[in-house]
Amino acid sequence: MKKRVPLLITFITGFIIIVSFFVPHRPFGQLETETLIWYAIIFAFTLVIGVDSLVRLHIKHIRKRKKGWWYSIVFFAGFFYCLTIGIISLIQTPNIFQPGTVFFYGYETILIPLQATMFALLAFFVASASYRAFRARNIEATLLLIAAVIVMIGRVPAGYKLWPKLPVIANWIFDVLQIGAMRGILIGVALGAVAMSLRLILGIERTYLS
Amino acid sequence: MNEGKKDLSDWITTINREIIYTIIGLAVIIPILLGIKEKVQISPAVKSAYESIESLNSTDVILISIDYDPASMPELQPMLKAILRHAFGKEIKVIMMVFWPLGLPIGTEGLEEVAGEFGKVYGEDYINLGYRPGDRAVMIDMGREIRNFFRTDVNDVLLDTYPMMRDIHNYNDIALIVGLEAGRWGEYWIQYVGSRYKQRIILGVTGVMAAETYPYLHSGQIEGLIGGLKGAAEYETLIGRPGFGLTGMAAQSWAHIAIIVFIIIGNIGYFMTRRKERRFRIEGRKE
Repeated sequence: MKKRVPLLITFITGFIIIVSFFVPHRPFGQLETETLIWYAIIFAFTLVIGVDSLVRLHIKHIRKRKKGWWYSIVFFAGFFYCLTIGIISLIQTPNIFQPGTVFFYGYETILIPLQATMFALLAFFVASASYRAFRARNIEATLLLIAAVIVMIGRVPAGYKLWPKLPVIANWIFDVLQIGAMRGILIGVALGAVAMSLRLILGIERTYLS
Repeated sequence: MNEGKKDLSDWITTINREIIYTIIGLAVIIPILLGIKEKVQISPAVKSAYESIESLNSTDVILISIDYDPASMPELQPMLKAILRHAFGKEIKVIMMVFWPLGLPIGTEGLEEVAGEFGKVYGEDYINLGYRPGDRAVMIDMGREIRNFFRTDVNDVLLDTYPMMRDIHNYNDIALIVGLEAGRWGEYWIQYVGSRYKQRIILGVTGVMAAETYPYLHSGQIEGLIGGLKGAAEYETLIGRPGFGLTGMAAQSWAHIAIIVFIIIGNIGYFMTRRKERRFRIEGRKE
C-alpha cells in the first residue's frame, strides 16, 4: 500500500499530462489544469519543507557545536530578521516587495549588496585561478587556452580595437565549435529525461519512494 | 641550485593573490568611476531580438518574465530597462511576472522606473502579475487562461478590474515572451510554451548561460538572444539609449585584458620553470 499509492498517483498524473498534450479537450484539458494547480500548491509546500529542513540542520549544528557553528547563529539572525520584517510589511500592504515597505528596505540595503558581493567575488577568484591553473601543459590544454583567450578578448570592445577580425573569430568559435558540442549534450540530456520520465510513469524507476 | 635566491621564473609564478585582486579591482572600478562608455559591435543574436520587438505595434502585448535575483542584476537589469524603453517607446503594452521570488523587487523597480520615464499608466499600459510558485505548471496553464494562476496582480487586485487585462486571457493575446534568465526557466519557456503553444520567445541570459542557449537560437526555437552584459550593451546601442550596459562593458573589457595578461604571465613562468627543471635534471645526470 505504501508503495502502490504513490506509484498509482505518478502513473495517473503522468498519463493525464501526456494525453492532454495531444488531446487538450474535455475531460483531459480540465484534468490537466487541476493537476497543474495541485502541482503548484505542492510546490509551494516544498518551500516550507525546505525552510524546515534548513532550520533543523542549523539547530543540530549549534547543539553539537560543529565546526563553524556560529555561522548557524548568523543564519538564525537573518532568518528571524526576514520573518519579522516580512510580517510587519505584510500588515502594511499585500505586496511586501513594494518599494517603501520595511521588507523592501531590508532587501535593498542588505540582500542586494550581499548577493552582488558574492557574485562579484567570482571575478577575483577567476583571475587568480586562471593565473595559477590555466597552463598550456599539453595540446588539449593549449587548444582550450587559445580558444578561451580569443573568446574572452573577442567578446569585449578591446578585441575589436586590437584586431577587427577577433570578434569574428570569437563568434565563429561560439557559433560553430561550441554549439556542436552543446547540441550533443542537450540532445543527450533530453533523451535521458524522456527515458527517465517513462520509467517513472510506468513504475520501473522506484528510487524516489525510498 | 641556489636556494633562497629567487630568479625571474620564481617571481613570475608566485605573484601574490592580493596583487591580482587589486589589479582586477582597479580594472573594474576605474572605468565605472570615470563613466567610460565603449562602442560595441552588434551581434546577429541581439539584432534579431531587437527586431522581434521592433516588428510589434501599439496593439501588441509582451510578457516579460523576471527569472533572476540580485546576484545576476548587473547583467540582466540593464537588459530589462533597455527592452522596456524599446517597448514603451513603441507604445507596446507590458505584462511582467516573476518565477524567482527575490527578483520581484528589482523587476518592479525597473518597470516602475522606465514606465515613469514614458508616463505610462499602471493597468492601462503595463501590469505586474508578481510571483507564483510552480513554474512549469504556471507556464503550461497560462496557455489556457492566465487567471487560472493569476486571478490578482501583485497588489492583490483582481485582474479584470484593469482595462488592459480585459481582453488578455492566454498566449494567443500575447505577441512575444521575453525571458530574462539566470536559471533554467529559459529552457522551460522554450520547452513548455514555445513548442506547445508556438509562442514567439526571445531570451536575455547571463554571460555564462549564453553558450548553452545558442543551440535554441540556431534551431529557431527562440527568435533572439541577448547574452550577458555585452548583449545588454548591444541592445542599448540599438535603441540609442546608453546605460549601465555600455559603462559595464568598459569595466569588463579592462578586466578581461587583465585576466589574459595574468594567464600569459602564468604561462611564461610555467615554461621558464619547466626549462629550468630540465636543465637541472641534465646537469644532475652529468654529475
